[in-house]
Amino acid sequence: MLEDGTVLVGRGFGADVETTGELVFNTSMSGYQEILTDPSYRGQTVLLTQPHIGNYGVNSEDEESARLWLSGLVVREACQRASNARSGAELSDYLAQHGVPGIDGIDTRMLTRRVRDHGEQRVLITRDVTTPAAQLVERVQQAPKVADVDHVLAVSTDKAMRWDKGYESSFSPPAPGAAKGKRPHIVAYDFGAKRNILRSLVACGLDVTVVPAATPAAAVLEQRPDGVFLSNGPGDPAICRYAIESATALVRKLPVFGICLGHQILGHVLGGKTYKMKFGHHGGNQPVIDLSTGKVEITSQNHSYAVDPSSLPDSVEVTHANLNDGTVEGLRHRELPVFSVQYHPEAAPGPHDALYLFRRFVELLEATRC
Amino acid sequence: MPRREDLHTILILGSGPIVIGQACEFDYSGVQACKALRADGYRIVLINSNPATIMTDPEMADRTYVEPITAEVVAKIIEQERPDAILPTLGGQTALNCAMQLHDMGVLAKFEVEMIGAKPASIQKAEGRLEFRDAMERIGLVCARSRLAYTMAEARQALDEIGLPCVIRPGFTMGGSGGGIAYNLQEFEDICARGLQLSLNSEILVEESIAGWKEYELEVVRDKHDNVIIVCSIENFDPMGVHTGDSITVAPAQTLTDREYQLMRDAAIACIREIGVDTGGSNVQFAIEPRSGRMVVIEMNPRVSRSSALASKATGFPIAKIAAKLAVGYTLDELDNDITKITKACFEPTIDYCVVKFPRWAFEKFPTADSVLGTQMKSVGEVMAIGGTFKEAMQKALRGLETGRNGFGNVPGKPHAKPEDCTPEAIRPHLATPRADRIDWVRAAFLAGMSVEEIHDYTRIDPWFLDQLQELIVHERTLLAAAANGLAGLTEAALRQSKQLGFSDRQIAAACPGKVTEWQVREHRKRLGVLPVYKRVDTCAAEYPSHTPYLYSTYSGTEDEVGTDDAAGAPGKKRVIVLGGGPNRIGQGIEFDYCCVHAAMALREMGYETVMVNSNPETVSTDFDTSDRLFFEPLTHEDVMNVVDRIAPHGVIVQFGGQTPLNLARGLKDHGAPLVGTSVESIEAAEDRELFSQLITRLGIDQPPNGMAAAADEALAVADRIGYPVLVRPSFVLGGRAMEVVYDRAGLESYMDRHRSFSEERPLLVDKFLDAAIEVDVDAIADGTTALIGGIMEHIEEAGIHSGDSSCSLPPYTLSDGLIEEICEKTRRLARELRVVGLMNVQWAVRGPKVYMLEANPRASRTVPFVSKAVGQPLAKMAARLMLGETLAQVGTVERLDLPFFAIKAPVFPFNKFQGVDTLLGPEMKSTGEVMGIDAKFGSAFAKAMIGAGNTLPREGKVFVSVRDEDKRLILPLIDRLHGLGFEIVATSGTARALQNAGIPVQRVFKIHEGRPHVLDLIVNREVRLIVNTPSGRRERSDDRQIRSAAVSHRIPCITTLAAVSATIQGIESWVKKPLAVKPLQEYHAMLAVGARTR
Repeated sequence: MLEDGTVLVGRGFGADVETTGELVFNTSMSGYQEILTDPSYRGQTVLLTQPHIGNYGVNSEDEESARLWLSGLVVREACQRASNARSGAELSDYLAQHGVPGIDGIDTRMLTRRVRDHGEQRVLITRDVTTPAAQLVERVQQAPKVADVDHVLAVSTDKAMRWDKGYESSFSPPAPGAAKGKRPHIVAYDFGAKRNILRSLVACGLDVTVVPAATPAAAVLEQRPDGVFLSNGPGDPAICRYAIESATALVRKLPVFGICLGHQILGHVLGGKTYKMKFGHHGGNQPVIDLSTGKVEITSQNHSYAVDPSSLPDSVEVTHANLNDGTVEGLRHRELPVFSVQYHPEAAPGPHDALYLFRRFVELLEATRC
Repeated sequence: MPRREDLHTILILGSGPIVIGQACEFDYSGVQACKALRADGYRIVLINSNPATIMTDPEMADRTYVEPITAEVVAKIIEQERPDAILPTLGGQTALNCAMQLHDMGVLAKFEVEMIGAKPASIQKAEGRLEFRDAMERIGLVCARSRLAYTMAEARQALDEIGLPCVIRPGFTMGGSGGGIAYNLQEFEDICARGLQLSLNSEILVEESIAGWKEYELEVVRDKHDNVIIVCSIENFDPMGVHTGDSITVAPAQTLTDREYQLMRDAAIACIREIGVDTGGSNVQFAIEPRSGRMVVIEMNPRVSRSSALASKATGFPIAKIAAKLAVGYTLDELDNDITKITKACFEPTIDYCVVKFPRWAFEKFPTADSVLGTQMKSVGEVMAIGGTFKEAMQKALRGLETGRNGFGNVPGKPHAKPEDCTPEAIRPHLATPRADRIDWVRAAFLAGMSVEEIHDYTRIDPWFLDQLQELIVHERTLLAAAANGLAGLTEAALRQSKQLGFSDRQIAAACPGKVTEWQVREHRKRLGVLPVYKRVDTCAAEYPSHTPYLYSTYSGTEDEVGTDDAAGAPGKKRVIVLGGGPNRIGQGIEFDYCCVHAAMALREMGYETVMVNSNPETVSTDFDTSDRLFFEPLTHEDVMNVVDRIAPHGVIVQFGGQTPLNLARGLKDHGAPLVGTSVESIEAAEDRELFSQLITRLGIDQPPNGMAAAADEALAVADRIGYPVLVRPSFVLGGRAMEVVYDRAGLESYMDRHRSFSEERPLLVDKFLDAAIEVDVDAIADGTTALIGGIMEHIEEAGIHSGDSSCSLPPYTLSDGLIEEICEKTRRLARELRVVGLMNVQWAVRGPKVYMLEANPRASRTVPFVSKAVGQPLAKMAARLMLGETLAQVGTVERLDLPFFAIKAPVFPFNKFQGVDTLLGPEMKSTGEVMGIDAKFGSAFAKAMIGAGNTLPREGKVFVSVRDEDKRLILPLIDRLHGLGFEIVATSGTARALQNAGIPVQRVFKIHEGRPHVLDLIVNREVRLIVNTPSGRRERSDDRQIRSAAVSHRIPCITTLAAVSATIQGIESWVKKPLAVKPLQEYHAMLAVGARTR
C-alpha cells in the first residue's frame, strides 16, 4: 500500500509483521545482505530492482552491522533455496529472525518508475487483507517520514568502543594502503557506520575508537586522536545538530574525513546546506568524476540528501561530481585537512574503485602528524 | 578528450565468412563501428569477404573491399588506400590474426599505419598462452596450472607435470578449434596432434582440468584515460568443460555474493590494464571452484567478441560502437548513453530482468560427428530471451530455439516425453556427458524423482539453476491438475501463475485433456485478461527515463511501457512489423537477417514506423536503432500475435526471415495479422506439390518427374515409376534437411528406415534426380503484375549438391544466351502466375538443351545479399517497398543480367569442428557461411572466392588425383592443364594408369590398404597441395572418405566434382599468371551504372 493509495498484492516472506517506511529503490545487482544490514536504511522500505534476491543466501561475513535496520523489503522474486558455499541461512529466515517483513511478486519496475517520477513516498507492508483500503492509507499517511525522526541516535552505538577488525575475510580486496610507522589513532563517529568502513580504516593501519553520535567534541579531543572520521548514517543531516556542533569544533583542530551522512554533516559544518533529492542515489553503478584529474570512478551510493553546491563558501572546493546529474560527490576544505565524499569508498556492496580514499585519509593523517 | 584529428582514413577489418565461433556478431560490431566513425567524419575503408553482411553494403563505408581477408590482400589494400590506422578489434579472431600478420610482415610499419583499439604487444600478451599466464601472475591472479608445448615430445613432458584429465588449448585459434579435454593417453595424443596442426603458431597449452567449476565472463570496456567499466556479468549454466559458446548462459551473474563479484570485477580490470588494451572492449573469463570459492582467470579476448554482442543486447549498451569511438580518442565520460540520452556511457549498466542465451547446434546435419560438448565450440547459432525472472527467460529461450520445444518440457518425440520409461540409471549418463539435449535429460531426471543434489553431482550445474527448473516441474504438476477438467477449468490465477513462470500457450494446451490448441488457450487467456506487459531494456533499471523502445514481454508485472515516453510513438505513423529469422542455423543465417535489416531501412525511409521482432542476439536486426521499435521475443505464434495485438500494425512482413516466419504465416493470417507481400495462398501453392505441378505444367514449365508418398510402399512405387536415381526429402524443410540422392531400391528403403516421420500431412517428396545437370539459381522480384530478374547464378558443382553448398557464378559462365533467356522468361512467368509481391527464388537444372524447374520459393533467398552486392541493387529493400504497395517502376528496379565482371560465391564448411565427419557434399546443406570473390575474369574471381573461403590454393607442388571411372576420360584435359602449369601429378593405380595412357607424367602412390607410404601419409605430411577426389555415386570406394577427412584436418583443398576442378584450374591459372588485384565494390558498381548491358 502506497501513500497515494495504490495497492499492490504480493506474497509475504520474512517476518509476519506490519511496517511502514519510506520507499527507496536500489539498483545493485548483488549485495542484498550488505544493504539489509546497512544502518543508513533505517526508516526506509527498500525495493531491489534485481529480480532474483536471496540466491546466495546470507552469511556472517557480509553483515554491515549486527542487525537489519530497514522497515521492509520489496522484490520481484525471493529465492526459496540459496546456493553458495558461504551461505549459512536462507534470506526469508534471516528476515524473519530480525523482524523484517518482505514482499515478492511485485512489479518492481513499475514501483521504481513511480518513485523516480513522483519521488520517495511512504509505504505500508501488511498481511492485513480485511481492513478497507481507505483505512490502510490512513495508516500509511500517519507513519512518520524519514525526515521527522532522528534515526542516527537510534542506530548509533551507545558507548565508545575499540574496533580492531580489518579485512579478515578471504573475500576482501587487498588493503588500499597502510600507515607507515606508528599506527595513527582516530575517533570514528558512529552515525550508523557500516562495518566495512571500520574494517577499511583498520586495514589501512589505523587504530579506531568508535564513539556514539552525540559524543561532544571535548570528549573526543580528550582522547588526543590523530584524526576524526564521520560515518554514514540514516536520515536528514540537518536534524543532527549535535553532530554538526561537534564536527564544527573538530575540523579546526584535526584532520577529518567524512563519508555519506558524514559528508553531508561536513557540508553543514563548512557553511553549506543540504537538500532532499527526489529519489536519491541508491546503487552500485554511479559514475563519479574526480574534477582535478578528470578520471571517473564507478561508485556505490546510498543517499537521499545532497549538499547544495551553491550554498558552499569559497573556502570549500567541490572535488568530485556525479557524472550523470552533476550533484556534489566530494568536498575539500582549501586550508583545513578536511575532506569528504558522498559515496561509499568502502563499497560493500559495490565496486572497489574508490578504496584509494582511505589511503588518502591515512596520508593526510601522516602529513598533519609530522 | 575529443576525437583524434591526426587520423583521416581508417581501415576496418571484417571477420569473413560465418563459421562456427564467428558469426553475425561481427557484422553487428562492424556496422556499429562503420556508422560511428563515419558519423565522426573519418574516411572508412572496409574489407570483408562476406557479401551477406550489412557492413559490406556500399553505403556503410567509403571504400568497401569484398576481397579475401588475408595479409597479402590487405597489404595490397593498404598500399592502395594508405589508411592512417587499422582497427582490428571488431572483426573477431580473423581480423586480429590478420592484423598481427601485417604487423609481423612489417606492412604496417612500412606504410605507417597505426593499429588502434589494441596494440600488437597487447594482442601478443593476451593471445600467447605463456605471456598471458605470466601477465596474470604479475598482477597476483591465478591461472589454472599449465605448460606450453610446441612439439608432441614437449606435450608429453607437460603431461607428466599436469596429469590427466587435462585440457589442451591451441594458441591463436577461435572458438576453441582443435582443443579438448583428454581423459586418457590416447585422447591426449590425438588432441595434441590436432591442436599443434591447427594453431597458427603450432603452440598448445596443456592445462589442469577445471571441468565442473562455475564459469563466468565479464565484459570490460576501457578508455585511454584508464576509465574502466564492466558492462555485464554473465554466468554459465553449464559449468567449465563446455565451451562458453556451447553453454547456456545467464545475465547477470546469479550465484555470486557481492564480495565474490567485486573481486572478479577487480581482477577483470587489473587484467585489461596489465594486458594493456588501451581502448575498447575485452572479455575476461573466470572459473570459480564451487566449494572454496577459489577463482582462476581462464582467458581474455582483447577484442569485441560473441559475448560482447550478447552483453550489448542483454543490457542495451552498444559495446562495439563505444569501442570504435574510444579507439579514435574519445573517453567514456564524454560519450552519451544512447538509451537514456541524458546520462553518460561511463557507468555500469544494471538490469532489472533476467537474460538467458541458449545455443543451437546442427548435429542432425552431421550424424557421425561426436556430439559431446567440450572445449571446442560446436553450436552454429543462439537464441537470447529476456524475462522478468530466470524461469520466464529460460522458457522463452527454449521455445525461441525452434527445435520443437515449447518451453522446458513438452517436447514431442524426445526421450523424456515418456518419463515413466526413463530410470535414473538410464538418465545418469546423459547428465554426466553434456550434449545438445542435456536440458531435456535434466527434466527427465526430475520427473524420475532425482533430487537437485543428485542432478548437481552428475551435471555440476549450480543447484540454484536446478532449483529454478525444479520449480517449473512442480508447477507443471499443479497445472496438469488444474487443467484436468479442461481449459474452462483454468482460472485467471492459475493461468497467470503459469504465464509468470514462462509457460507457453502450447504447453498449457498440452496440459489439457483432449485436443486443445494453443489458439484456444490464447482466446481463453485473453478473455480472462491474462496478457503480457512489455517492459523496456534501458541500461539503468528505470533509474532514469529512457526513450529507446527496446522491449521484452513479461507476465511478472502490471505496467506496460509501450508508448510511454518512448521516441517511436509518433502519432499517425503506420506501423509495420518485420519478423526476423531467430537463431542462426545451417541454411538460415545472416543472409536472412540482412534482408530483415534492409526491410526495416526501406520502411523507415518510406515513413513507416518499423517494428522488428527477433530473438537472435548476434544480429544487426536486433540492434536497437535498426528499427523504430525492437521487440526481443521468440518467433512463435503466441509471442508474435501478442506483439500484433499490442501495437496493431498496418502490415506484417514474413518473407525476409527465412523459413521461421514463413512457418508462422498461416497461423498469423488466420488470426488476423495483416500480412503484406505475396499471399499465404501463393506461398502454400508453391509448397503444395500437386497444386504446383499442375500450375507449372499450365505455364509450360518442365519439372523432373516426381511424386509424393505418405507411406513406404507408395515411395517405392513412385521411384519405380520415375526411375532411379531419385532425390528424396520430407516436405516443408529448409537447407535440404534430410534430403538425399538414392540410387536404388535398397538405398530408398534404408532412407525411409532412417527418416520415419512422414505422413499424410507431411508426405515424402520423391523426385527424379538429374545426373550431371547444371543447376541455376534465379532471384526474381515482382510487384504482383510485373516480374524482373534480380540475378541469375550458375552453379559450379552439378545438380545434386545443395544450392547453399555449391559455388556459383554471377553472371553464368557457361550457359548460352538462349538458355539464360529461357530461364529468365520462365521465372518471370512463374512469378506473375504466383502473384509474387516481393522476392522469389527459383532453382533450375539444365541438362543438354532442356531446362527443368527444381524448386520455387516465393520468399527472400539466401542469395539475395550476394546478388544485391553483385548487381548493385538493394533487392531486399526494393522488395519491401513493393510489399507495401509500390510498383517496380516506382521502385526503379532494372534487370542486370550481364555484368562486366564475375562475382563468385563460395561456401564455407564447419568440417574442421567435426572430426571424422565426411566432407562429401550432397543435397543436405552443410555450409555455415559464404564468401564472394569478385574480379573482371572468371578465373581470378573464383580464385578469390576459394582463398576467401579459407582454401590455400596452391601455385605449385603436388596434386593428388583419384577419380571414379566415369570421370577418368573427362579429367584428362584438366589434369593436363595442371601439368602444364608445372604441378606434379600423383595418383593411385587406376587413375594413374589412365593418366599415363594419355601421356601425362604421373607418380603412383599406394592406396591405403596397399602398403606404405600411402596416400594418407602424403596428406598428413602435407606433401600434396591439392586433392582431386570425385567419389562414386553409388558405393563409396573405401579410401575416399579417409582421404577427404584427412584433407580437412590438414587444411589441404579437396575438390570433389569435375566442374569445380575446372573452375579451380582457371583460378590457379589466373593467379599464376598475375597477382590478384583488389578493387572496391563502389568501383564495380560505378562500372554498372555506365557500362552494363541491361536487357
